[in-house]
Amino acid sequence: MKKSRFLMRARQRDRRHLLRGAVAAAGSALLAGCDRLSQNESFVETLKSAEQLSRAAQKLVAPRSAMAQEFGADQVVQTFRSNGTLSPRDADYVALRDAGFADYRLSVGGLVAKPAELTLEQLRAMPSRTQITRHDCVEGWSCIGKWKGVQLSRILALVEPRPEAKYVLFRCFDSMDGPSLDGRDSRYYESIDLDDAHHVQTILAYDLNDKALPVSNGAPLRCRVERQLGYKQAKYVRAIELVESFAGIRGGKGGYWEDEGYEWYAGI
Amino acid sequence: MDIEATAPTPPRAVRAARRVYRHRLPVRLMHWINVVCLTVLLMSGLNIFNAHPALYWGRESTFASPWISFGARNTPNGPVGYTRIGDTEFTTTGVLGLSSSEGGSPMARAFPAWATVPSGQWLAMARHWHFFFAWIFVVNGIAYLLYTIFSRHLARDLVPTRDELRNIGRSIVDHLKFKHPTGDAATRYNVLQSLTYLIVIFGLLPLVVIAGLAMSPRLDTVFTGWVDLLGGRQSARTLHFLAGFGLLLFVVVHVVEVFVAGVWNEMRSMITGWYAIPEERAKKEAQP
Repeated sequence: MKKSRFLMRARQRDRRHLLRGAVAAAGSALLAGCDRLSQNESFVETLKSAEQLSRAAQKLVAPRSAMAQEFGADQVVQTFRSNGTLSPRDADYVALRDAGFADYRLSVGGLVAKPAELTLEQLRAMPSRTQITRHDCVEGWSCIGKWKGVQLSRILALVEPRPEAKYVLFRCFDSMDGPSLDGRDSRYYESIDLDDAHHVQTILAYDLNDKALPVSNGAPLRCRVERQLGYKQAKYVRAIELVESFAGIRGGKGGYWEDEGYEWYAGI
Repeated sequence: MDIEATAPTPPRAVRAARRVYRHRLPVRLMHWINVVCLTVLLMSGLNIFNAHPALYWGRESTFASPWISFGARNTPNGPVGYTRIGDTEFTTTGVLGLSSSEGGSPMARAFPAWATVPSGQWLAMARHWHFFFAWIFVVNGIAYLLYTIFSRHLARDLVPTRDELRNIGRSIVDHLKFKHPTGDAATRYNVLQSLTYLIVIFGLLPLVVIAGLAMSPRLDTVFTGWVDLLGGRQSARTLHFLAGFGLLLFVVVHVVEVFVAGVWNEMRSMITGWYAIPEERAKKEAQP
C-alpha cells in the first residue's frame, strides 16, 4: 500500500516534469520559429503590409487637415530630450556651428521651378508659426516643446514644385555612423508626402522654447511633422529636395531609419 | 451553452458518455486565432517596451520619476538587474533588467529574451509583428462581437441570470474549494466565469485597443484632445501595458482552470466542440 502510493506520487512527479518540459520545449520552439520568420524576407514583407493598411485607415479617419493637439505654455518641459545624433561631427557642420551658423544656407531644389538658397535671416524674416506640441519617440517616450519656425508650405510656394513631385526629401548634416571615410553616405535623411508637407503644423523650426534651437535638438533648422513619430522630424536639415520617388536614394526606403527596417509611414 | 437541434451528430466514441455540443465552429476558430494573436502581441509588445523600459502617468514622460522602470547597474559584485516601483527598488537580476539569451552574456534589457518576439532586441521588427497581428486581433475581435450578439451567444450564455448573480457567494466559495459544477450546472458557464468573460470582452480588450490607438500621433488628431480622456499619451502607454498584463493574468487563470477542470475534455471541446458533462457528485457525496 505504502509502496504503491509512493509509486503514484513518483509517477505524478514524472508527469509534472514531462509537462513542464513540454511547455518549455514548445515555448522555445515558438521563439525559434518567430526568430527564423523574422529573417524570412517574404514573411517580413507580409508583416510590413500592415503599414499600408494602417496608413490608409489613419488617413481615412483622421483627414488630411486634422490638427495635432497643441498645449498650454505650462505643459512645456525645460530640457527637451534629444535622441539620435546629439552633436554632428561632420566637418562641414562643425565649421558652420563654430561660426554661429552665419554661413548656413538651406538649399531647396529637385523638382521645382525656382530652386532657392535661404539664409537663417531670410527664414526668420518670413511669417512664422509657433506651436506647443508633443513629440512622440518610436521608443515610447513623449516630450512637449514650444517650436517656432516657418511653415514648409511657404517654402514650397516660393520654389514652385513641379507637378510630378510627390515627396519632400530632407537631407541632413549628421552622419549616423560617424563621418564617412569610405565615401559611403550615412547622413541622416527623411521624406514625407505632400499632404504632410502642406499641413499647417509642418514647419522648419529654428527656435525651441523661445531660444535658438540647441545643437542637440537639431540646430540650426529641424523639421516638425507633428502627426508622425520622432524619427520623421529630421534634425540638422541641410537641403530640401522635391522628388517623384525615393527608390534610388541610399537604401531606397525614404529615410535613414526606414533603410534600417522602420516604417516609412510613422503614424503609429 | 450552444446546444442546438441542428448540432452535428456526435462521433460514435462520444455517444457513450453524456456529451454536449458546447462551442460552435466560429467561436472555436476565433478562439484559436485569438490565442495566436495574443501570444504574438504580448511578446512583441514586450520587445517594443524594452526600447524605453519606463512608464509614466500624464501627457509626457517625466524622465526622472517614472512610476515603474527596469534597468541594470554595475556593482562591485558585477552587474545587477533591477525593477523600480516608485522609490522602492527590487533586485531582479536574471529576469527583469538584466538577463542573458541562450549562452550569451548578461545584457541590460527589461524583459528577457525568452519573453519577447523577436528574442533579440529589435524594435523595428517587433513593431512589424505587433501591428500586423494587431490588425488580425481587432478584425477577429469585431467579428466575435458581432457573432456573439447576433447568434445570441452573449444574451444566452454570457450574461448571468438574476438567480446566478444572487448566488454569487456560493460560486466564490466553490471556486476557493476548487469544486467545479457537475451535471446540468456544468452545461452553463458559472457566474464567476461569465462575469470574468464580460470584464475581459467589454473591459480589458477594448481598453488595450483604445489605449494602443491613443499612442498613434495621427489617430490623436481624430478629435483634438481625446487622448486626455485616458489621462494623456503616457498614461495611455501605461494603461496599454497594464491592460496587456491584465489579459495575461486572465490567460494564466484560464489555462490553470482548464487543467483543473480536465485538460482533455476542455481541449476537445474547444477543438471539436464536444464536451463531456462531469457526472453529478452530489449523489456520491450524499452517501455516508
